[in-house]
Amino acid sequence: MEALGLLLHGFAVLLTWKILVLMMAGLVLGIFVGVLPGLGGPNGVAILLPLTFTMDPTSAIVMLSCIYWGALFGGAITSILFNIPGEAWSVATTFDGYPMAQQGRAAEALTAAFTSSFIGSLVAVLLITFLAPMISSFALKFGPPEFFAVYLLTFCSFVGLGRESRHKIVISMSLGLLLAGVGMDTVSGQLRMTFGSAELLRGINFLVAVIGLFGISEILLTMEERLALRGHAASISLRVVLGVWKDLPKYWVTLLRSSFIGCWLGITPGGAIAASFMGYNLAKRFAKDPETFGKGRIEGVFAPETAAHASGTSALLPMLALGIPGSGTAAILLGGLMVWGLNPGPLLFVEHKDFVWGLIASMYLGNVVGLVLVLTTVPIFASILRVPFAAVAPMIVVSCAIGAYAIQNAMFDIWLMLGFGVVGYVFKKVGIPLAPFTLALVLGNRAEDAFRLSMIGSGGDLKVFWSNGLVGSITTLAVLLLFWPAIDGLLARIVWTRRASR
Amino acid sequence: MRAAAVLLASLWVAPAFAGWEPTKPVEIVVAAGAGGASDQMARMMQAAIQKNNLMKQPMVVSLKGGASGAEALMYMKSSEGDPNKVLIAYSLIYMLPLSAKIPFNWRELTPVSVIALDQFVLWDNSAGPKTVKEFVAAAKAASSPFKMGGTGSKREDHVLTVFLEQKTGAKFSYLPYKSGGEAATQLVGNHTESNVNNPSENLEVWRAGQVRPLCVFDKERISYAAKVTDTQSWADIPTCKEEGIDVQYLMLRAMFLPGKVTPEQQAFYVELFHKVTQTAEYKDYMEKQALKPIFLTGKDMVQFLEEDDAQNKALMTEAGFVAK
Repeated sequence: MEALGLLLHGFAVLLTWKILVLMMAGLVLGIFVGVLPGLGGPNGVAILLPLTFTMDPTSAIVMLSCIYWGALFGGAITSILFNIPGEAWSVATTFDGYPMAQQGRAAEALTAAFTSSFIGSLVAVLLITFLAPMISSFALKFGPPEFFAVYLLTFCSFVGLGRESRHKIVISMSLGLLLAGVGMDTVSGQLRMTFGSAELLRGINFLVAVIGLFGISEILLTMEERLALRGHAASISLRVVLGVWKDLPKYWVTLLRSSFIGCWLGITPGGAIAASFMGYNLAKRFAKDPETFGKGRIEGVFAPETAAHASGTSALLPMLALGIPGSGTAAILLGGLMVWGLNPGPLLFVEHKDFVWGLIASMYLGNVVGLVLVLTTVPIFASILRVPFAAVAPMIVVSCAIGAYAIQNAMFDIWLMLGFGVVGYVFKKVGIPLAPFTLALVLGNRAEDAFRLSMIGSGGDLKVFWSNGLVGSITTLAVLLLFWPAIDGLLARIVWTRRASR
Repeated sequence: MRAAAVLLASLWVAPAFAGWEPTKPVEIVVAAGAGGASDQMARMMQAAIQKNNLMKQPMVVSLKGGASGAEALMYMKSSEGDPNKVLIAYSLIYMLPLSAKIPFNWRELTPVSVIALDQFVLWDNSAGPKTVKEFVAAAKAASSPFKMGGTGSKREDHVLTVFLEQKTGAKFSYLPYKSGGEAATQLVGNHTESNVNNPSENLEVWRAGQVRPLCVFDKERISYAAKVTDTQSWADIPTCKEEGIDVQYLMLRAMFLPGKVTPEQQAFYVELFHKVTQTAEYKDYMEKQALKPIFLTGKDMVQFLEEDDAQNKALMTEAGFVAK
């Protein structure tokens, strides 16, 4: 196996003290930026990028990618403990992770999140190792109609498989789509809904919205209800960890399904956010007792985390092989590659073997070291819950504000975040789900552009969405999922009448 | 080489630093997304300044690509009097105010220097027509119009497409993507028939043999004669004029400070970017990305900008892209 030989060569490049130390430093920094809401992977990597200019490319990429892995691990911590997603892709983790923490099972939830992150990444790295050349040609098959079909699939799976009533999901999603339209429209080059304000030119950043919708609104609710953080600090012990691991094999279908969704969406820049939601929804759909989801079910943590990390990791593949970043962090890493004089593209794998295989080997090593690191530090993070609410709440609000500000260095975003906090509070009170809103805000623009580019290309003919096997099957699947409840009901009735007639 | 550059730098230092110098980190504002040509250039300058110790304060790259770059323009406009922000500008400073009525005028900023000119090349998929003539003939014969990928709407790429249509009589459907990198991969994947990317945006897919340069939109050929692919160099690409399409367009890459900064502050940055253009990093970057080196400042720069503005305005008006 050529790939295996190259991988071993990659490990040989890595195993020096200098690189191992940089790896640890990167992971710790990454977990730290992952925990702070809004700071997250892309910002963390961007801030630390200049540190690496004087390093050789291999050390630099190892350090930066370890910050990335660290941020991926860290994002789960605040989602579970405070119901504040550190990263947009951790939103789905809060659905079951936070209820678990409320029931005093924080340690269990954290262990589950970290373990599934590890599994998701591992599957994606294996994929990168052995399928790199094939996958990059698969990604090239994606033109505007294919991209639109993937986004449509994500939206439809939400409506069809969501646990709330459909009209509420549609209301939430439509509001998100409306807000996604604010700012410059790429296709026509015109401004929309900015009302002459320079602040609105940028559009509404989804991270700012996420921090407000989830973080600030949660603080507001807690203040109203009882002035104490729900959930109890759990002492994490080897027993809890082993207990979660022992149960792992039971969930192999979920893990495998989520890994697959993650890899697929990571390679076709659908992104980790869409992947985590899809992973969660599908796990719920195929469960025997879907009503227990959202009430602290461990599978509800496994599913989105595995998918998010598989996707986050595999997003690096199109970046290396094609120069298209599959995620925000991958885009910053791309900028880094250029500074070090490496041009991502099909030739990178041929001309810079040391670098590419060093990076791939560091994905294996970084994930193993990262898992051990986060598991041993869980007690520290879980103990945050013991601090009284009066002390923690202001810290969370400040950290949210810093995060919102840091994304675009704009004071306006802090007001926007507070505004979204109130919106989130109202939504939670009237029972409108927040996730479809966030999803629409993230993918709305891209879906719209993809749709309009497809229409320009086809001269306004909708048949373009069934013009080849790939796009046709995704679109059909999307439509099926949209009407899934009706189809499901119909199938059930057919089965029922058959049984009755027998 | 590096030692020489440092030595050279230290010779320049003495008179300039007698005046003003930044007291906090300098932000280099990029009016485009991560990984695009502006971002790459900003990171090259950041590295050149840091490696050669050209400035005591660190330089940070700040991406303000929102609203097709309008975000960066408004940010610079609102930073009046702040000498710690420097914009890396391109032709959007003329075009955005015209097409989207952004309330911005480059004359409100302080010009520092023009540091490079960027080329545009007509590319097609390597499985497509081999010459400009075959390409035009195929585009005319096609049952549905050829798809031309490009960055943004009513901008450089779109303008070039309109003039290509006028000069050849062929019809194109223009697909506005978010970045040049996306336009490149979409051409490789055969989702478009052609694009008019800058050399840097298509370099890697050209080297991999996935796209073919047909002609360059300049009066003369690109000067770099070192082989880029196995058989071709930048200098081997004919000009579009040679091939019978008389369309020329070069795009500036220039540095601006916000308005109302002092002459000493302006002088510091003129010196700084002059030193950057002397570094090995800069020269290497110019050749690799097939940029035209140029260094204009002071009156020369303003005159250049006025002429360039007038030319861009004329092109935009003729293409019908000026908002009413």
